[in-house]
This record gives sequence, structure tokens and C-alpha cells, in this order.
Amino acid sequence: MSKFRKKKGGGTPPISTASLPDIVFMLLFFFMVTTVMREITLKVENTKPFATEIKKLERKSLVTYVYVGKPKDAYIPQVGTEPRIQLNDAFARVKELQQFVITEREAINEAERPLMTVSIKADEDVKMGLVTDIKQELRKANSLKINYSTRKGEVYGD
Amino acid sequence: MPKRALPEINAGSMADIAFLLLIFFLVTTTMDVDSGINRKLPRWTPPEEIPDTPPVKKKNIFTVLVNSSNQLLVEEDYMELRDLRDATKRFLNNNGDGSCTYCQGAGNSPASSDNPLKAIVSLQNDRGTSYKMYISVQNELAAAYNELREELAQRRFGKTFDDLSEAEQNEIKDAYPQKISEAEPVSLG
Repeated sequence: MSKFRKKKGGGTPPISTASLPDIVFMLLFFFMVTTVMREITLKVENTKPFATEIKKLERKSLVTYVYVGKPKDAYIPQVGTEPRIQLNDAFARVKELQQFVITEREAINEAERPLMTVSIKADEDVKMGLVTDIKQELRKANSLKINYSTRKGEVYGD
Repeated sequence: MPKRALPEINAGSMADIAFLLLIFFLVTTTMDVDSGINRKLPRWTPPEEIPDTPPVKKKNIFTVLVNSSNQLLVEEDYMELRDLRDATKRFLNNNGDGSCTYCQGAGNSPASSDNPLKAIVSLQNDRGTSYKMYISVQNELAAAYNELREELAQRRFGKTFDDLSEAEQNEIKDAYPQKISEAEPVSLG
């Protein structure tokens, strides 16, 4: 006679959660490795245009970014609504671009300098006048490899 | 004093800590790979030093103008953006002098190129053209070249361009060299 009889076959046994941390850690490491912290805060609107014939940018360390677009609402009182250039964390004038690119190029080791690419991340509403000015400055700075940053998608229709 | 075994640390909350970190990285991560259209700018020469270049026959130049209202003028004719790709292909593939053995063009259009090696696409935009339109045009022109290369790769090697070896890719690229020339900026109005 036993008061405590073992139940048999009642319900499914609970699933062991012992390996749950392992699974979560695996995911964690995946995201830690793939994550790229945003290095700068965007101060300009940046909706990239669509294109289909695109190439991936390799070697992030050799890429210099130039952001172009209308200033975000918070900055309109200071800089107005006209599209501006953003280099690193500050608004810049077209004239400052040449010096900026040269400084960036100095930071790259000498053997890899010819591979430096300037990625122009312009908003789709920017007029070509500003982009042309940027291109002319880049030519003057002798930084001839450029990349027009785009999203993947068909170009017709909005 | 009797020696007691150390109590085991409860690892039950480990998963919670890991989840917390996981969510942090999930939120901060940006998966978008940077991609875009690669272009090479011409070397800067001061305006007074621009050398006289040998003249290029007019039929070998495919002029594309984009005005400030984002309208296209191709070979002095108004054109819709969606027709640009095919028009460019027809121009490049024309084979006017019959020297291009792999071209499939009709060869009869007097306004189109002699052969793809001589053909130049000349792109000129206004300062008021929108960047979106400019990228669309650049994209269509690049697409025309890429489609021709793809077709040639299929005919010559029976493989897609991406599957070819580097030497084979270069052979195809040399058959259709991408010559997109951008004029010095002007105001077209």
C-alpha cells in the first residue's frame, strides 16, 4: 500500500529547455558578427533611388561616404531647406569636399589608395546641379572611383 | 567543520540574459549591404588645357540628353525612359561596317554605330535634372550593355555571364566595351 503512487503515462513529459541558452547564444553571435553599428547620425533625408544594374561595395574600409539631401526637419532652422552635403557628422560646403577626400585618402595605407571609392549617397529628389558639383570636386581631388548608392528595384513607376 | 559542497549556480536566467543581448543586437543591426552603380570619373583637366581629341564620326555617337523636367532627348528625338534600353541596344548592335561578327543588328541604319568597339554613348544632363532620373538613365544604359554581354555569353559559351571564368568575362567585355561619356556640365534649360 502506497500513498504516493507514481503516475504513469499521464501527459507528455516537459520539453527540456536546457539547450535554449545555446540556441540563443548561437543567434546572438550571428548578430554580433553581422552587425554594423551606424557610425554617423544622418542629418539629411536619404531615400535612395532604385536601380537594377548594381554591384556590391566591397572593402568597407576603403569607402568614403558623401551624403546629400534635404536637411532633416530638426536642422531646417539652422541650415534651411536647400539640399546639403553631409560629411561624417557635419554639414559641409562643396568647397570643403576636396580637402575631406584628400584627408580620408591619407588615412588609407599607401598601397591601397588607388582602390579608394567614394560612395555618393544622394536623395532621389536632389537636383543634378549639386551632384555635378560634387563630381567636379572629386575629379579635382583626383578621387575618380565613385559609386552611386542605390536600392535594388525597377526604375519605372513610383 | 564539515566541508560543504558549493551550491550550484542557477543557470536558469542565462537564457534571459542572452535574449536581452540578442534583442539589443537585433535592433541595432543593419543588414543592408551597400550597393550601387560603379562609375569612373575622367581625370580633371583645367578647361584651357583640354586637348583636341580626334573627331568621332557622328553616327558612332549616341546622344542622350536629359532636361530639367526629366525628359529624354535621344538622337534628337523625344523618348520615354522605358524605350531607352532597347534603343541603346539597337544602336550598339547595329554593325554598320560589317566588321562585327557577333553582332545581330540589321546593319542598315545609317544613324547607328559602325561597330560596338567604336560606339560611344554620350550622356548629358541639366543642372535641374533630378538625381532619380539621372540614376534611371545610367541604369538603363548599363542594362543595355549588360544585356548584350549576357546574350553574347550565351551564344559563345552557352553559360550566363556570371558563370564565366575571368578571362572569358574579359573577352565578352572587350567585345562590348562600355563607353559612356559624360559631357562637361551645362545648362540645357
